[in-house]
Amino acid sequence: MTRWTFFIILVVVFAGGWTWISRVPTLAASATSLPATPREGFAAPDFTLDLLSDDRSATLQPITLSRLRGQVVIVNLWASWCAPCRAEMPALEKIYRSNKSRGLEILAVNATNQDKEQTAAAFARSMGITFPVLLDRTGEVGNRYLLRALPSTFFIDRRGVIREVVFGGPMSETLIQSKLETLLNEAP
Amino acid sequence: MLPFMQIGPLLLQMPVLALLAGIWIGLYLVEKEANRLQLDGNALYTGVLAGLLAGIAGARLFYAANYASFYLSDPLSLLALTPQTLLPAAGLVTGLMVAAIYGWRQRMPLRPTLDALAPGVALFLVTLGANHFLSGDAYGAPAVLPWSIYLWDAQRHPSQIYETVLALAIFLIIRRRPLGQPGNGVNFSLLIALSAAARIFLEAYRGDSVIWPGGFRTVQIIGTGVLVAALWLMHVWSPSSLPASSET
Repeated sequence: MTRWTFFIILVVVFAGGWTWISRVPTLAASATSLPATPREGFAAPDFTLDLLSDDRSATLQPITLSRLRGQVVIVNLWASWCAPCRAEMPALEKIYRSNKSRGLEILAVNATNQDKEQTAAAFARSMGITFPVLLDRTGEVGNRYLLRALPSTFFIDRRGVIREVVFGGPMSETLIQSKLETLLNEAP
Repeated sequence: MLPFMQIGPLLLQMPVLALLAGIWIGLYLVEKEANRLQLDGNALYTGVLAGLLAGIAGARLFYAANYASFYLSDPLSLLALTPQTLLPAAGLVTGLMVAAIYGWRQRMPLRPTLDALAPGVALFLVTLGANHFLSGDAYGAPAVLPWSIYLWDAQRHPSQIYETVLALAIFLIIRRRPLGQPGNGVNFSLLIALSAAARIFLEAYRGDSVIWPGGFRTVQIIGTGVLVAALWLMHVWSPSSLPASSET
């Protein structure tokens, strides 16, 4: 046996030993409860927000994200002054109409703490948006989702796990549909 | 973590900028090393660039192939500047194939060419660590230590910093050419061996490992194979620069 072969065997033994020592405990590997944080592979942080309504006298039930478990959800954080946010709304609306029956829900979370409710309402009306527009008046949801750029979009699967995050925009219809397809095809 | 900076309507993707800086400086180092090894620096520069562009195109085309019906109805989406619609593995294979074909057609000698690539690739790996730090990818396992960082809702090993520091150390070693090779491929093999060893070591501190049955981390097992292959290549390519062989 040459010295070099011996050296290689020694390296394999060390690497194998380290691999063995650093195995992930079975309990941790099979853990089903994921921490909630705005990143792919983690549970989507939960929130409850009021719906945007033209009629201020109307009482609308607030929407809670976790209650939509079993559906594929797109959470889109936006503001009416943000040009890319405005530009991607028609694509989101088209996707929503064509995939709602397959179990898609879109929550357009308006960053109301840096927007005006009336302007947001006027914009939503002018675009003919039919999916729920929610009001993040305190910026709490923006904080939980580490909002640093508008728009920010989170694709959440039927188990409530974030599977894709898109910062910036505007997203094309093709991009949205390609990201959704796998999620919509997964069993509820 | 600084995934992006918004300047008015402009959204700067900081991790991508780190990678672009790595590619730019890496290409400079490749060209410089190629000239030192009396290779055609321009040809090698062009080959690497062709591989990069082909890699990006391949990554997009393979992604689009998975969603052909959507892309056929909107072909212009193929040109979208969205990194989310790339298939990295397919891009890597395409880029390597195109670069290899280019090198073969240009009759570039394999071992000196690999050695010329070594410093550039080593520098790129440093910026890859910076890329992970900025994006929050390749995050560490939960751990409460004096040097832990708070990331993704937990105190964690700063695995991206470990990665960057080790990559920087490897880059400095590769720059010094410790085995004194004259372009026989050993410096490149050394880079691969050191990088594989670093990855095997650091994977233990990662919180996003792909786990095989039995709790084994996939990267460590693959990394061991790569490490052995690189050591074997070092032996085959430069027996004289290594400890003398002797029968025991």
